[in-house]
Amino acid sequence: MKKLNKTTKNNLVTYAIVIVAYLVVMLLGVSGHISSLMEGLLVPLCIYVILAVSLNLVVGILGELSLGHAGFMCVGAFAGSFFSMCTKEAMPAGLRFFLALVIGAVVAALFGILIGIPVLRLKGDYLAIVTLAFGEIIKNLMNVLYIGRDEAGFHFSMKDTLSLGLSPEGKAIINGPQGITGTPHDASFTIGILLILLTLFIVLNLIHSRDGRAIMAIRDNRIAAESIGIHVTRYKLMAFTLSASIAGVAGVLYGHNLSTLTALPKNFGYNMSIMILVFVVLGGIGNIRGSVISAVVLTLLPELLRGLSDYRMLIYAIVLIAMMLFNWSPRAVEFRERYSLKRLFGMWRNPEKQADR
Amino acid sequence: MALLDVQNLCISFGGLRAVDDFEIHIEKGQLYGLIGPNGAGKTTVFNLLTGVYKPGEGIIRLDGQDITGKKTIEINKAGIARTFQNIRLFKGMSVLDNVKAGLHNHYKYSSLAGIFRLPSWRKMEREMDERAMELLEVFDLGGEADYLASNLPYGKQRKLEIARALATEPKLLLLDEPAAGMNPNETKELMDTIRLIRDQFDMTILLIEHDMKLVSGICEALSVLNFGRILAQGETGTVLNDPQVITAYLGE
Repeated sequence: MKKLNKTTKNNLVTYAIVIVAYLVVMLLGVSGHISSLMEGLLVPLCIYVILAVSLNLVVGILGELSLGHAGFMCVGAFAGSFFSMCTKEAMPAGLRFFLALVIGAVVAALFGILIGIPVLRLKGDYLAIVTLAFGEIIKNLMNVLYIGRDEAGFHFSMKDTLSLGLSPEGKAIINGPQGITGTPHDASFTIGILLILLTLFIVLNLIHSRDGRAIMAIRDNRIAAESIGIHVTRYKLMAFTLSASIAGVAGVLYGHNLSTLTALPKNFGYNMSIMILVFVVLGGIGNIRGSVISAVVLTLLPELLRGLSDYRMLIYAIVLIAMMLFNWSPRAVEFRERYSLKRLFGMWRNPEKQADR
Repeated sequence: MALLDVQNLCISFGGLRAVDDFEIHIEKGQLYGLIGPNGAGKTTVFNLLTGVYKPGEGIIRLDGQDITGKKTIEINKAGIARTFQNIRLFKGMSVLDNVKAGLHNHYKYSSLAGIFRLPSWRKMEREMDERAMELLEVFDLGGEADYLASNLPYGKQRKLEIARALATEPKLLLLDEPAAGMNPNETKELMDTIRLIRDQFDMTILLIEHDMKLVSGICEALSVLNFGRILAQGETGTVLNDPQVITAYLGE
């Protein structure tokens, strides 16, 4: 029972960090301390946090390296934006965005299952490479996809807008490399924070349930997990699909934060997947709270360093290395424990007990 | 009828007949030993019994049910649990969670109940905690429930692996060299533990072991494997005095 309380407390701290960060940003916003540049970063920040947490589910909890996460985000973004474009006039904004999020999550989950079934038979490096390939395939498919609508219904093509054969009143919704234009701007920082909290709630509770234990058992020792009757394929697929669907939600948020959604290498390419992986690795593999913090720090950093112009990426790289050392080097871990807040706080409250350590 | 009834079990890897015409009959409640020189095929027999390998020929019956060629998961559900020669714990999980993972198929609730912390989650988790603690207490691991499994000393890791296997409520427990790497004191303690498991859980146990003191101390019957074939079989005392067995172990 004591242990249960400890994990619950730990989870609550994570939620609290997010809520406090939200309140701070809101206060700064009201008092006018946030530049417009920063304001533009708030929603992407939420997107990256959600992506990092969802990838940590695969990399840290399931223990498989996936490099195709941007692909699932891409699917979610296009599915969500497509839905919003179709129902732009038919529904109030709140309901429409809610349904778009659900649809993005479901479509990304379907892709997760579809890709997961063949890919999860592989292990380690092979799995990483194949997920990378699938991520690129998804991005490239989006670039040749044309969907339009007129009175007769939907038209679909993989060639160009003309071959959709739309009537004069018809309109192309997904326009190949030009993507989707005119998506309603439904995403906001508040919604982003709510989605982060929802993601954390789902992932943290999953980890501390029967399913989470099964998933971690597979990570730690597949053969032993099978020997005690855990269905390895089922739980691998479950973790992978859930992770894909959360990435899809992040994608919907992304799509509704921009007026034009295109599948470029910049936003849905493997660079994006790698960047999310960097968040996860630096925050600590398997450490959900770490993912949240490192996603925030590493997204803000390049912007904060903008003043240094040419040296920006150099310093960014140095910070990455320093963070890695701080997180993992045994000496840094020892140092951190010696001067941790908890210990200093304990010393102040109870000096004799701590002094002899 | 025997709890475990194996007939004519064979498997080949390439041209090598790793296990050939193996048979064994274990009665309920028996403590049975499987011994033999290195490379005789003992662990291969375990892997055949637990579905890690599919037998080329032969029949495996557990409690009258044919489990030949089934998957590891199904065989575990049918009632065989095992430990491993090189310990295979869930190292990143707590000692308690290792055992709770073993309870996986006996305390079920839906994924939604887990994510949304519905009453069934609370109830089942509490029952699982209680059951897992009971099992840990049997092995004197109750005080270490919160430790990471990888932080346990070697002897306790072996015990935890047995506790995890027992959590799946098997009819037959397979122990693969439980005393490997233990000192004489730990081995003696282990012998008591194995007897305790048999008596307290009413368990049937088949174990592979090299430590002759342990084998002669607790096993009621033995099978001796050599080059994948059965060399001798029967009561412990008789088998250990069989000249063929002595030759296989000590040479001419």
